[in-house]
Amino acid sequence: MLMKGTAARMGVMKRVSLVFKAKANRALDKMEDPRETLDYSYQRQLELLTKVRRGVADVATSRKRVELQMNQLQQQADKLQTQARKALGMGREDLAREALTRKASAQTQLDELQTQYAQLQAEEEKLTVASQRLQAKVDAFRTRKETIKATYTAAEAQTRINEAFSGISEEMGDVGMAIQRAEDKTAQMQARAGAIDELMASGALDDAVGGRRDDIQSELDMMSANSDVERELAMLKGEITTGAPKQLEGSAPNGTSQGTQDTQGQQAPQQSQEPGPYAPQYNPQQEQEQEQEQAQPPQQSQQTQPAGLPVSDLPGLADEPQDGDRS
Amino acid sequence: MIVRILGGGQFRVDDAAAAELNQLDADLESAVERSDEPAFTAALTRLLAQVRAQGAPLPPDILESSDLILPHEDSSMDEVRKLLTDEGLIPG
Repeated sequence: MLMKGTAARMGVMKRVSLVFKAKANRALDKMEDPRETLDYSYQRQLELLTKVRRGVADVATSRKRVELQMNQLQQQADKLQTQARKALGMGREDLAREALTRKASAQTQLDELQTQYAQLQAEEEKLTVASQRLQAKVDAFRTRKETIKATYTAAEAQTRINEAFSGISEEMGDVGMAIQRAEDKTAQMQARAGAIDELMASGALDDAVGGRRDDIQSELDMMSANSDVERELAMLKGEITTGAPKQLEGSAPNGTSQGTQDTQGQQAPQQSQEPGPYAPQYNPQQEQEQEQEQAQPPQQSQQTQPAGLPVSDLPGLADEPQDGDRS
Repeated sequence: MIVRILGGGQFRVDDAAAAELNQLDADLESAVERSDEPAFTAALTRLLAQVRAQGAPLPPDILESSDLILPHEDSSMDEVRKLLTDEGLIPG
């Protein structure tokens, strides 16, 4: 088509417009009856409108996915921050450092997602505007099409049809490119989103949302469970030395039952002692267990509890209420 | 004359502004030829700003083809190169 020398003098703007025009002309040349062009083109316009609207919906879906991931990462970052504070409180600077390192990694991902989110939002906006523009042009084309068909013979119509067709085909090329660009961008981001999903699943950022217990949490839990045991032991030793064997036999729910339950059960001890401050958090289960606690001797309640409570959850929940109880 | 910014709609620009636009366009084209991406971005930004400043947006229900067509605001040089070839980026 264009000679190199000519093209260089013509400039980018003119060359791009010629490329568009060439495309429209080739499409026009294919039509034998000019009027046929009108209906055929109109059908294609409607198809493109559908496509651009679907494009808007697709980008919105991707944007929401990124939003969801951002929320998950934020939760993880918050959780790791809490863990770091807790670990430091227990004198475990190494654990705190690990938690903060992971938090920094989550934060990096979060920053990236924020950029992506903004880009997707911009794409969504562009496509929305593009679809509105196309809609306006398609409406104008439909009106023009009817006028041309009603007023002119096939021969007369040619020029007017060409005008209308060129006008709309440029818009269609523009919108088609906008859809393509949005698709490309969305595809890139979906690949990134998939990578982040994998990263979260791998536990490298610690999956708080999945409810899986991560290694930092396990260690914190174990430490606090251990210190509970030590505390209970100390308490028992104290009781023995003050010489009160009757309490050990189980008549006193406060002392004995708590000592054994703390290492496996979490809610019951604190409920039997003092349901007050934590009651709203654990409502239904708590009441049930409280009834059990009251109706049954401590030994039996120890046996019934593990069935209803997943073992993996025990250490984690154990430490928090107790800290509050005793300090 | 009518100028389209891809993804940005059409503008009616006074013919008197053509000389200035052509100068900016020449900068853009020479940047593409030299593969100078920073110069390309700068030239494109100036060109688009000029069209927006000089032109009046055309209502979207006007069916007119454009005399000049400008690349997208965030185009890469590579994208513009493809745009300049016939089989390039324009779908359909």
